[in-house]
Amino acid sequence: MSELLVPFEYNYMVKAIWVSGLVGATCAFLSAFLMLRGWSLMGDALAHSIVPGVAGAYLLQIPFAAGAFIAGFLASIAMWFVRQQSKLREDAVIGIVFTSFFAAGLLLVSINPTAVNVQSIVLGNILGISDDDAFQVVLIAAVSLAILLVKWKDLMVVFFDETHARTVGINPTGLKLLFFTLLSACTVAALQTVGACLVIAMVVTPGATAYLLTDRFGWLLTLSVLIGGLTSMVGAYLSFFLDGATGGVIVTLQTLLFLAAFVFAPKHGLLAARRPHASGGSAQ
Amino acid sequence: MNAHADLGANPKPPVDAARERPSDRLPSISAENITVAYSNGHVALENVSFDLAAGTICGLVGVNGSGKSTLFKTIMGFVRPTRGSIRIAGMPVDEALKANLVAYVPQSEDVDWNFPVLVEDVVMMGRYGHMGFLRRAAKEDHAKVSEALERVGMASFRKRQIGELSGGQKKRVFLARALAQQSRIILLDEPFTGVDVKTESAIIELLRDLRARKHLMLVSTHNLGSVPDFCDQVVLINKKLLAAGPTETTFTQANLEKAFGGVLRHFKLGGADLHDDDDRRAVTVLTDDERPLVFYGENGDKRPGSAGKK
Repeated sequence: MSELLVPFEYNYMVKAIWVSGLVGATCAFLSAFLMLRGWSLMGDALAHSIVPGVAGAYLLQIPFAAGAFIAGFLASIAMWFVRQQSKLREDAVIGIVFTSFFAAGLLLVSINPTAVNVQSIVLGNILGISDDDAFQVVLIAAVSLAILLVKWKDLMVVFFDETHARTVGINPTGLKLLFFTLLSACTVAALQTVGACLVIAMVVTPGATAYLLTDRFGWLLTLSVLIGGLTSMVGAYLSFFLDGATGGVIVTLQTLLFLAAFVFAPKHGLLAARRPHASGGSAQ
Repeated sequence: MNAHADLGANPKPPVDAARERPSDRLPSISAENITVAYSNGHVALENVSFDLAAGTICGLVGVNGSGKSTLFKTIMGFVRPTRGSIRIAGMPVDEALKANLVAYVPQSEDVDWNFPVLVEDVVMMGRYGHMGFLRRAAKEDHAKVSEALERVGMASFRKRQIGELSGGQKKRVFLARALAQQSRIILLDEPFTGVDVKTESAIIELLRDLRARKHLMLVSTHNLGSVPDFCDQVVLINKKLLAAGPTETTFTQANLEKAFGGVLRHFKLGGADLHDDDDRRAVTVLTDDERPLVFYGENGDKRPGSAGKK
């Protein structure tokens, strides 16, 4: 029994559990929005796009978040700009922009192998995170979460119906810009936790799971944040016993929850769809 | 706060408080010589001017690509006119939108019906302009939502996810949102597409009711047959303004032929098709995308207008 409590005796484990939980919750909040507009791959794109920023930041010895943020922001702007100015479809635009940024990042890393550890960028390194880096991650996640808690209803209207948003005095362009700023910020935070390759799961899976469980956006957000936060904390905890690979454990847990919802969700699950409709009717 | 004690004794409110709020102004839309050119050089609207006042239902009629939706987008401030200006209730567009003066009922195709919101959530979105920074619903907001749902006959569907509704019900939800918004200018984008006849007449009745309460409605439609039924004004456009004015004098065969060019189907029934005597009167049927079926005779047993015959 006491063996299960061993992780809590280590300072770095306690830190990792709390930081992961906060990052997981914030990413989950964003995921509720992201998956609704068919923008899910945007998260993946951003995670890869910020690699040159992180690499450059370590080279120049500035906070990694600043470098990552600049790169992520540039990538978002580039995607948005190419999308506006060409007739290319969104997926093509995303594909072009994020691969070119990622390539630039790999190039930077390969030229300076001592300054940056490729593995910690690609796989994350929450168990070995320095206090400085942890502070940056917590700051990013906490500020983002606070902004989202205040603005989620406005964002919901913008995501649902931009025209209507304008008529109630909301500025859709401004809010979308805010959303993508938060997304790039949280991608940076998630990069530290689960690594560039798995960030996409953090900003998609919790929202997608919650989507199967409810028809109300408020509940969707709540469930999503709970799923993201808890799986991240439990994942960090379990990774102590499994020796590393925190990102892998967290995302595996999220996938298991998604599968459970996919099969057993009361209204939208596989089993519910197979059941003959008892509550249909009266749709006149 | 109150420097002059005697002000409190004055039964009249101070002048400042009596000044009208923007939302109290009579609704109007005034387009002055607006030209809209997109960045690729495509000119969507050219020199369009018209004025609409309170207590009006105006039909906006034109073929696909005639600039109807560009005009809507311009009124909503999504597109800036290259030249000319639009004023809503005497204000620039952005100010009018901030003042919650305009409501918009979207085309059904423009809505994501899988979005996780219930009917009542959508209608509540109409109240956002009346709420504070955090968009917390007050008692009055809940009351207005219920009232709007009652008004369109959707109260019993309030807990449904919006994708679970029929075409007509979907439309009514968005009408309810516009009602809850309490804006006195309402833009409706093709409100009759995919809607059953019962809902169509319910919508028309609702619009007439709002007209009587001095609202201003601009309705884009290609449903020509219903235009004279409920529109008192029409605006016909095809990139340029073709005609604008009262329905009786503007919605004429000549103007419609200008608006629709070769697109319109045109049937003229007369002479031996209609009667056995020398009566010179004829029935003309104009329709834009469907072939009309016309019955004639005492029991409707003759079919003089079997479609295509000209």
